[in-house]
Formats: sequence, structure tokens, C-alpha cells
Amino acid sequence: MQLILESLFNGVAIGSVLLIAALGLAIVFGLMGVINLAHGELMMLGAYSTYVTQLVFKTPLLQPFYNCYVIVSLIVAFLVAGIVGILLERSIIRRLYGNPLETLLATWGVSLILQQFVRSVPLAYASGFIITILIGLILPLIIPKKVHHHSRAYVVKAGVWGISVLFGLLSANWLATSISRIGRASARNVDVTAPMWMRGGFDFLGITFPVTRLVIIIITIISVFSVTWFLNQSVWGMRIRAVTQNREMSECLGIATNKVDVLTFGIGSGLAGVAGVAVSLLGSVGPNVGGSYIVGCFMVVVLGGVGNLLGTIIASFSIGIMTDLIGAGRLISIWPDMPTPLASTVDFFATTSMARVLIFALIVVFLQFRPSGLFPQKGRMVEN
Amino acid sequence: MGNNFKNKRLFTLLIWIVIIATIIAAPSLLPSFRLNLLGRYLSLAIVALGVDLIWGFTGLLSLGQGIFFALGGYCAAMFLQLNSAAGFPNGIPEFFGLYGVQNLPFFWEPFKSPIFTLLAIWLIPSLVAGILGFLVFRNRIKGVYFSILTQAALLVFFNFFNGQQRLINGTNGLKTDVTKLFGQMVGSDSMQSIFFWITSLLVILAWFFTRWVVSDRFGKILIGIRDDEPRVRFTGYNTTLFKTIVFSIAGGLAGVSGALYTVQSGIVSPQFMTVPFSIEMVIWVAVGGRGTLLGAILGAVMINYAKSLVSEVLPASWMFIQGGLFILVVTCLPEGILGWLQGNGPRNLLARLGLTRPITTYPSLKEKDKDEVIL
Repeated sequence: MQLILESLFNGVAIGSVLLIAALGLAIVFGLMGVINLAHGELMMLGAYSTYVTQLVFKTPLLQPFYNCYVIVSLIVAFLVAGIVGILLERSIIRRLYGNPLETLLATWGVSLILQQFVRSVPLAYASGFIITILIGLILPLIIPKKVHHHSRAYVVKAGVWGISVLFGLLSANWLATSISRIGRASARNVDVTAPMWMRGGFDFLGITFPVTRLVIIIITIISVFSVTWFLNQSVWGMRIRAVTQNREMSECLGIATNKVDVLTFGIGSGLAGVAGVAVSLLGSVGPNVGGSYIVGCFMVVVLGGVGNLLGTIIASFSIGIMTDLIGAGRLISIWPDMPTPLASTVDFFATTSMARVLIFALIVVFLQFRPSGLFPQKGRMVEN
Repeated sequence: MGNNFKNKRLFTLLIWIVIIATIIAAPSLLPSFRLNLLGRYLSLAIVALGVDLIWGFTGLLSLGQGIFFALGGYCAAMFLQLNSAAGFPNGIPEFFGLYGVQNLPFFWEPFKSPIFTLLAIWLIPSLVAGILGFLVFRNRIKGVYFSILTQAALLVFFNFFNGQQRLINGTNGLKTDVTKLFGQMVGSDSMQSIFFWITSLLVILAWFFTRWVVSDRFGKILIGIRDDEPRVRFTGYNTTLFKTIVFSIAGGLAGVSGALYTVQSGIVSPQFMTVPFSIEMVIWVAVGGRGTLLGAILGAVMINYAKSLVSEVLPASWMFIQGGLFILVVTCLPEGILGWLQGNGPRNLLARLGLTRPITTYPSLKEKDKDEVIL
């Protein structure tokens, strides 16, 4: 019983990391049909923003609140990844809608640039850049409409961007001087240290559950619920689904499809940032951290059925539990007197990488029977 | 129209003259290090031809060509390792000793024969590609799903080869430069220049082969599949079969390319099966011009040469340049460099600068022009 519970917990823990990473992808890929290979790099940005947030919370001013930096970093990571996602959508992906293969190649280029960017640009200045854009985007929303519609709107616009650049520069400068570690560019991996309350374990029924894992599971649950709520209950969520189903008709009914695109992509990217926070709690953060998740994420989405959140959830948890069952060799401990040839086969796959081999192979076999995943989209449609 | 066509013919001929002149002149002009690099890049042109076949002509974007590339490389390396294993304990390659392996794993046995190896280099990858392709195409998995699945398959193979130390030396890979062939070191200059010639010859042969594949009715069906697959299927063609065949041809080409690359770079390792490398192959074709076989060759050689030159001077900037190149080609130059040159690109550019009059034509004529495949 204990064994099964422990295995289940580990599986759910692995699965929840996969799920939080795949959630954003499920939105971007499932709803917009965009293959975002830079998704892993957006996660990486989220992980780095956790690192920067943590360092900021170590400065004397914010030291007393150090324990809750993880919660703040969730918001920061969401904003950072979301903003980069929006920039990406406006500059590149907008031109490539309807050509998933082209978006795949272009976003791969973006991912290369982002990887090199964190290597060769000091994190302090990168943060300053993000702050500039954030202020530049938010200020026009705060300024009263009257000023906007003034005949000299461009002056206001220039003023807004001027202010945001100033703020960005100042904050970059402050970050670079007060936290010397991010004042210089470095290609080295960095480590995010968990606050005190997240270290150690949580005892339940004689089993110790690591608190970090529990936190990640909670983050995942919250994100899944808020995404479900947003898509199903809110006005903008409804608009997103409408545009997904029929773009032309939605446009005719007065939905601003441009805004919907930006919003959808921004949310998908922001979720990648949140996933980055989870990833940063698990291990060290480097420029390549995203690359190791991206293929797994796509497999989750494909296995679950594109455009179906429930499928994504089931797929990621089943992959997680399978990984733990196979990779940790638990099958042998569950069934000790297994016949020898079977036992040696199980033993052969009892490493993390070999478990991945087997699971991916199993997914490919599964897709033989259900080519469009666990929950295929219903209805009769002409192919293409 | 006719005049345009003649121009394109002339243009292609010109490029070929340049390529052949480079190949002939290179051994006497370039130092052996550079010659070796050029040889490697030429061998990569063969895998690019395969990618062009499946992506440029058939519309299948495979992100897993690295599998077949590495398989070919491993075939060649296993033969070379066995060929020079006589002096080591148990008569098996040296690295087995590190893991305490006494007997040769069974699948190494056939690679003692050079004839089997020469067949295996292209036959094994194309078989693997054929099986994989059949399983995928049978279910009408296509488009991005195909790409994702091939990428997953790549990861499967990578993890498998990376983890099996006792079978194929795992992450360390198999070295070939210190092995012997015909009593000579494979890594020696004289051997390398022979490999350069073989590679050059095979690039030209591979070009003729792929051109033959796409020139006939077969090629027309491939293009049909790319542009409107259901229509081809409704006309009565078994598209699964065609896709499987072309995918396995591309796999075979990748295998040959991998073997040539391995003997020239001196090592084959699971690094050949990493995700970035396989995507790079697609980019060579995209930059050179998809659907133009010559573009694949040019793209592979030029990008790799640029990569090595830039990396020597400014190591950090290559990633930026490469990433920018991807984005630029996909958004602004979807036909690639060669496609742009062969199309109306230069004239349109001149027209935009105000030097000549822009070409005005009927849209239907324009469509025709686009469909005409220039080989």
C-alpha cells in the first residue's frame, strides 16, 4: 500500500511538471495551431525570472519578505514570458498563421536567439528591457482616454515610451549595481534556492513527501483551474473559443480577432513562464533547460488530443506515473517473483532515459490505434 | 516563358560549373584541414538532398533525419572498429574492455564483412525509415503531427544509443580516425583526400538520383501529395505507399551521408541524434531553396562553411546569426535563395529600387510559373 502510494505520488509529481509545461502549449498549439518550439525557452525565461526575483528579495529592503518570493516570482514569470510571447506573436507569428510548419521553423530560430540572449546579455539589463516594455504597454491603459484622443496622440505615445525607457534604464542600473551577480553576462547555470519552508519533507502515512513537489502540484492545480475557468466562463475566453472555431464568422460578429490572437498567445506563453518557476525549483537553471522539456510537452498534447484540456491532463499524469513505474524499476518491487526474462526486460528499462525510450515507443504504438489522441475532436471534417 | 526557362537552365548550368570547379580545385588550393571541412559539408549535402525530397517535394517535414544519419554513421564506424580490432584483448574493439564485455554483441557480427557494411549503410537506415514511415503514414498522421512524432522518435533513438555503454559505447560514441582501412589510418591526410573524392562523387550521384526520382510521374505525384493529398488519394493513388517510399529513400540518403560524415569527422556519437542537428538539416534546405535540389546542396555547404568561419572569429554570435537567418528565411524568403534567384526575385528587387519596370502578368500565369519545378 505504502509502495503504491509513494509511486502514485512520484508519478503525479512528474506528471504535474509535465502538465504545467504542456498547459501553455496546449493553448497555443491546440487553440491557435501554432507550433511554438520556443516554448521551452519561454520556460527558461520564467526560470531565470524566478532567479532574479529571488536575488531582488535578498536585498536589504525586501529581505523580511524573502519567504514569499516564490509567490511573487509566479507573477513575475508569467508577465515576463507573456510579454516576450506577445512580442513574438506581433513580430513573427502573426505573419505565419495557417502555416504550422513555418511557425515551427521560425520559432526554432527564436529559441536559438533566446538561448544565446541569456548567455550574452547580463540579466540585469534583460530585466530592464522587460520592465521598459511592461511599463510601455501598461501606461496607455492608465492614461485617461481624453488624452489619447487628443489631436497630438503621437506626443503622448512618445512620452509614454520615453518614460518607460527611462524607468527601464534606471531599474537595470539599480539591479546591476546592487546585485553584482546579475550585472555581468554569464553562460553558467544558476541555482534557485528554495525558501526555508519549502525545504524538507511532509510526513503522511509514514511516507515523506518533499514539500517542493507538493508546491509544484499545487501550482499546477491552480493554473489548470484558472485556465479552465478563463476559457469556459470569462468573456474573453469565450471569444478565444469562438475565434478557434470559426475565425471569419467571429470577425463578422465584431470580435477583435487580432486582440484575441495576442491574448491567447500571451496567456500560453505566460503559462510557460509559470512552468519555468516549477522547473527552477527542481534543479539548476541554464540556457538549455527548456530544450529538455519541449518534446515531452508536445507528446503530452498529441497524446491527449489537440485542443482538449482534459486529454492533456490525463495524458500528462499517465505519462508521469508510467515514467515512475518503469524508470524507478517499481514493477519488480510490486511483483517480486516475476519470471526471469520479464524481470531482465524490466531491469533493462529501469533508468530515466530508457523509461523515456519505452514510453515514447508506447505512445507511437498507441497512436496507431487512436491517431488523434485520447480525446479526438468530434465531427466530420474534410482533411486539411 | 520559353526565354525564362532557357535562362533558368543556363543558371543551373552555371552553378554546376562553379560546384565542379570548386571540387576539382579544392584539394590543391585548400590546406588539409579546410579540405576535410569541405568534405564533411559536402557529405551533409546528401542528407539535405533527402530532406528536400521529403519536405520540398512531398511536404513532409521530418525532424528526425538525424536517426538515419547516425545509423549510417554507426554502421560505418562499427565496421572500421572491427576491422582494426585484431590487436585488442578477445579480438573485439578496445572500448568493450572498459565495461568488462567479453563477447561481441550479436548485432556486431555481420559488420565484419565489408560488403555487408556497404549495403547496411544505406539499407538499414532506409528500412528503419520505411517501417517508421509506414506506421505513421498508414494512420494518415501528417503535417505537424508527423513532425512531432519524428522528433519523438529521434529522442527515443538518442536516449537508447546514449544509454547503452555495453553495446555501442553509449555517449562516448565510436571513434573512427584511429582505425585502419587497407592498412592506412582513416584519419590520415591521404585517406581523407580519398574520402573527399568519394564524397564529391557521391554528392553528384545523389543529385542525379534524386533528380531522376522527381523528374518522372513519381515526382509529379509527390508534388501532388504536397499540394493536395486528399485529391491525389481520391484520384486512386495509394499515397501511403508513395510517402513511405520517398521517406525511406530520404532515410537511405541520410545513412550514406552519415557514413561519409563519420569517416571524415573521426567519430560517430549520439550527438548526431540531438534535436538541433536534425532541425538544422531542414534549415539548410529552407535557406537554399526547398523544391530545388541544387538549393539543398548549396544551402548545406554554404551554411556550414559560414558557421565554421563565424564560429572561429566570433563564437557567441553564430547562434544569433543562425536564429535570425531562420526567421528571415521563413518570413521574407520562403522560397529560399535559389528559389528567389530562379524566380522573379532579382527583377522584383530591381523594380522596387526603381531600376526596371515591375513585371505585370496575369495571376493564372504567375501560378503556373510557381508550380514549374526547376531541377
